Amino acid sequence: MINMKRRTFLKGSVAAGAVGAAVSAGLLTPRVVLAAWPSAAFEAKSVDSALDALMGSHAVESSDKISIRAPDIAENGAVVPVSVTAPMSNIDTISIIAEKNAAPLTAAFKLGKGAEGYVSTRIKMGKTSNVIAVVKAGGKMYSASKEVKVTIGGCGG
Amino acid sequence: MNISRREFLQMLAVASASGMSLSACESDKSSAPAGSKSAASPSDPYEIPGFGNVSLLHYTDCHAQLLPIYFREPSINLGVGPMKGRPPHLVGDSFLSYYGIKPGSPEAHAFTYLNYVEAAQQLGKVGGFAHLSTLIKKVRAQRPGALLLDGGDTWQGSGTSYWTNAQDMVDAQKLLGVDIMTPHWEMTFGADRVMEIVNNDFKDNIEFLAQNVFDNEWGEQVFKPYVIREINNVPVAIIGQAFPYTPIANPRFMVPDWSFGIRDEHMQQVVNEAREKGAQVVVVLSHNGMDVDLKMASRVTGIDAILGGHTHDAIPRPTEVKNSGGVTLVTNAGSNSKFLGVLDLDVGDGKIRDYRYRLLPVFSNLLEADPEMAAYIDKVRAPYKDKLDEKLAVTDEVLYRRGNFNGTFDQVICDALMEVQDAPVAFSPGFRWGVSVMPGEAITFDHVMTQTAITYPTVTRTNMTGSRIKQVLEDVADNLFNKDPYYQQGGDMVRVGGLKYAIDPNGEIGSRITDMELDGKPLDPNKEYPVAGWASVAQPLDGKPIWDLVSEYLRAKKTISKIDLNTPQLKGVGSNPGLATDS
Repeated sequence: MINMKRRTFLKGSVAAGAVGAAVSAGLLTPRVVLAAWPSAAFEAKSVDSALDALMGSHAVESSDKISIRAPDIAENGAVVPVSVTAPMSNIDTISIIAEKNAAPLTAAFKLGKGAEGYVSTRIKMGKTSNVIAVVKAGGKMYSASKEVKVTIGGCGG
Repeated sequence: MNISRREFLQMLAVASASGMSLSACESDKSSAPAGSKSAASPSDPYEIPGFGNVSLLHYTDCHAQLLPIYFREPSINLGVGPMKGRPPHLVGDSFLSYYGIKPGSPEAHAFTYLNYVEAAQQLGKVGGFAHLSTLIKKVRAQRPGALLLDGGDTWQGSGTSYWTNAQDMVDAQKLLGVDIMTPHWEMTFGADRVMEIVNNDFKDNIEFLAQNVFDNEWGEQVFKPYVIREINNVPVAIIGQAFPYTPIANPRFMVPDWSFGIRDEHMQQVVNEAREKGAQVVVVLSHNGMDVDLKMASRVTGIDAILGGHTHDAIPRPTEVKNSGGVTLVTNAGSNSKFLGVLDLDVGDGKIRDYRYRLLPVFSNLLEADPEMAAYIDKVRAPYKDKLDEKLAVTDEVLYRRGNFNGTFDQVICDALMEVQDAPVAFSPGFRWGVSVMPGEAITFDHVMTQTAITYPTVTRTNMTGSRIKQVLEDVADNLFNKDPYYQQGGDMVRVGGLKYAIDPNGEIGSRITDMELDGKPLDPNKEYPVAGWASVAQPLDGKPIWDLVSEYLRAKKTISKIDLNTPQLKGVGSNPGLATDS
């Protein structure tokens, strides 16, 4: 349960514009914002089961239109900045997944009607992993991924 | 014995007759008119006529070496994947034939490890700020308006820079006439000290540029990303690129509030902005490391040249990288003030029409010491002189560090760690700085400091399981041999004492390291082993600094001989131009 506070599930009803940039993890306690915390999704141990629990399906189509901004190598695995930009219209949700985390779903943003497809947050990563963005728009699910390396560091030239 | 200046010049003259001279390391483009190759007079190989109207002088990674030193270039610098056999991953004969350098010439000595000891004893030391200063003045005299760019790793790497909190190097940079710099190891003096120098010592004097350092809280730029300077009425933009992985390769706690990274997209924005403001030439002063520079040059458009450092590669000729906007030149200028890069551009009608590039080796015996700089260096070293000059032991073998795996000086450090810390295994960082010591020479405390002077020098002794040890080796190997340069950090493999292992550089993370053995027995993944080390980046530690431990060991040994170099068994490498054939 403690884990939940480190992750994000935000509803986009606060504004009609871009959601999420300011309201990132840590500024608000997710449960305060939440109508209903989707615990099954955030506790799921695999990417597919998290998506099933969150959206009722894990049938995603990969899309090169989604852009993920995240470092190639994390400066600090405990706070990895990730932002997702998606050009689709009628976006319902944007979810961020760290594939190799014990519980992969790290954030899910529910966007308000007409919101631009942009979210930004910081996620925790235990080890090197693909960061996957899943965008649900017009009833379909699209995804893109980017590898973020988590390393012990040291030994630089 | 060093040969005389006259003999040295004769050697150069002979080399020159066969097509080589110091200045023949220039890159004449095929379009250059016949006979335009500068005819270096044997009387002074450093008299190099100017070319064009915009000149940039570049040195990088001097690691605070104020005095002339010996520095052996690597006999192993493996390139994997698309980097195999491509600059900078060439050593020895492969390097010479790629660049058309005559074997046995002074240039061959400067750029490769070949016949190292004999050639070094003949040709003498290299670098030194007093000699570099003389060379810079000579080159500048023929290039009015030329800028002097310092690629970083200037403040760290000597006893005096450590004890003066980098002040010795800051004042030396000002005396040398540095116009612009970008950082890496500078950051290990801590964010406060960096800002103090930038806002006071460097104010109105030296620009400290970094387009890729942002404040964590607000995402604002910490340093100026670029400047535009007029050189002979040509607006020239210089953009700074700090070492992207500073908070990972070096302690995060030194710069807790700053975020780095490669940041291609922001680089593109900065290039575009500089062009919009009228820059006719855009140059990046980079501390990326050469493989990263080459990839960046293929992705970002509108950069005329990337003058790079960090990986300590001395590259005589620029690599011309094509991208969707044109061609970007990538140069890398070596280390330890051993080289001065000279880029001459002929700019007309708003663009570069032609260029010349030379990477000049700084042979200290061929250049008079600049009196003002020499006096400054004497003054700054005086309070520490007795300490620095202490002869700790004599070495029978050449000591050096540079190379993908343990060098002989690393081996001495690992042996010292295992013996003094009473541990069967030692780890020592794969830094690329640290000078060489000739056979028969005394190892001084000064030498030890060139190998160890960092601001987090505490020695450690940690119990690690066999599986944790493997994980460390895998992690560091991936930082060195990842097939995507953007995931490389630019050091060499961690130096390992005691433990034997095999490595397949072409493998993937988790599968490169095999056959780990200690005292003839396979390493038990579940058993804990004491591991001695230093330079922990995790948190500040109190305790004995590594240089004291190594000094104790050397004083007790008195003589260093028969060094048993613990290098791993290489797998899957075969013939590789980055691997010496005789090693």
